[in-house]
Amino acid sequence: TPLAPPAETDLESKMNWGTFYAVISGVNRHSTGIGRIWLSVIFIFRILVLVVAAESVWGDEKSAFICNTQQPGCNSVCYDQFFPISHIRLWALQVILVSTPALLVAMHVAHRRHIDKKILKRMGRGSPKELENVKNQKFQITGALWWTYMISIIFRLLFEVAFLYIFYLIYPGFKMVRLVKCDSYPCPNTVDCFVSRPTEKTIFTVFMLAASGVCVLLNLAEVAYLIGRACRRYFAGSENESNPAWISQRMSSYRQNEINQLIADHSLKSKFGVAKKAPTEREDRCSAF
Amino acid sequence: MSWPALYAQLVGANRHSTSLGKIWLSVLFIFRVMVLMVAAETVWGDEQSDFVCNTLQPGCENVCYDQFFPVSHIRLWCLQLVFVAAPTLLVSMYVAYRNHGDKKKLLQISSRTGFLSSKSPEEELEALKRRRLPITGPLWWTYFISVVAKLLIEVGFMYALYVVYDGFQMPRLVQCDQWPCPNLVDCFISRPTEKTIFTVFMATASSICMVLNGAELAYLVTKAITR
Repeated sequence: TPLAPPAETDLESKMNWGTFYAVISGVNRHSTGIGRIWLSVIFIFRILVLVVAAESVWGDEKSAFICNTQQPGCNSVCYDQFFPISHIRLWALQVILVSTPALLVAMHVAHRRHIDKKILKRMGRGSPKELENVKNQKFQITGALWWTYMISIIFRLLFEVAFLYIFYLIYPGFKMVRLVKCDSYPCPNTVDCFVSRPTEKTIFTVFMLAASGVCVLLNLAEVAYLIGRACRRYFAGSENESNPAWISQRMSSYRQNEINQLIADHSLKSKFGVAKKAPTEREDRCSAF
Repeated sequence: MSWPALYAQLVGANRHSTSLGKIWLSVLFIFRVMVLMVAAETVWGDEQSDFVCNTLQPGCENVCYDQFFPVSHIRLWCLQLVFVAAPTLLVSMYVAYRNHGDKKKLLQISSRTGFLSSKSPEEELEALKRRRLPITGPLWWTYFISVVAKLLIEVGFMYALYVVYDGFQMPRLVQCDQWPCPNLVDCFISRPTEKTIFTVFMATASSICMVLNGAELAYLVTKAITR
């Protein structure tokens, strides 16, 4: 039956966006607050609306595109001339490409965790508990991670603006016309062709463009916030001594932890080691000479 | 097609990949599988029902469609993705085989020497399952062969697509005179521009994956030589 396939593909496409959401929202832990708002806007106002509403509005875009002629092939050719790429596909590609730079941050964090684990193993503290701690650690957005994050936001902005521009090139104006006039071969002369659901399409186009605009503003705000934070840190940090690289910081903090651990172990042993009193007395006697 | 199930399988094999392998997997799933499922399948959805020929002769449309589209782009891409993902499973199978051998050895040793080691046997088995094998020796060869296989499969499918469809562009109009069409009839393809755009997109993503595979081969060879 003609009704069965659309329901299947709808479910499958929801499943795929769900998997995509799982992959992208993993980056959420290392984002700023504005970054998390941006992610929610992307998922709720763009992907969800796309899947739940917009796809059904554009579902019959070709089957209900009717030209005032019986010439076979005229419908196809005129549709292809006026809609080189459907709005839905453009928005889906836009959302996919705009969300992908966030994975750059995830890769950087994974790389750092890998190096942390290597350092731990080299210092001989590769117990599963310690490795779990490394996995759940939240990194501060400083140094190289700040640059990765900044680059990912700039790419997001670039992709967003590029897609808005491409949209403007292909469909100048956000209004969907009711009627287009077409005279490509094999249409016998200039025929009227009617677009299906033009007003509903206009409403959704305006909505998606507004959501894009909001995302662009959020990205700009995040850039400004990151730059402001970096400046504040630089001016506050220039009063203290200069910060060494994070790796040497990490190693020195581990060494300090080791020293603390040794002291704690030693103090515990001296409390409970009743049998060991004799050697220490002998040592004291020896050290007296 | 249950892509999430394939994803779950490949992510498991991901632990033993190089970083380039992990990037390759992300590119594969986001730019190829996702785009295929979410966008491309709807574009090709009506490819046969909207293939219209300028004739009333029954059977002419079926025959002409079959002549110009022996296998649909979507099916070719699905097959390409399935075949390209398969060599990674070779690596998982090798790792599972190694783990099995090591588990047997561990059980033999612990049964012979008793519980002299500091960790319990269950902990050791868990550590064995979760460890990450270094890419040396037979694992290096398995991994190398899997990457070479991936590269060859990608090249093979791209070439097949190019040969079957005479390039990556989809024409608007094809002319067909197979029986039972009465004479040379015009047949019109639905959404040719959108199909061309997606064909170029998928070809680009495929090339990026090929470049990543080539880089991974170079990295593996360099690592082996420096060792």
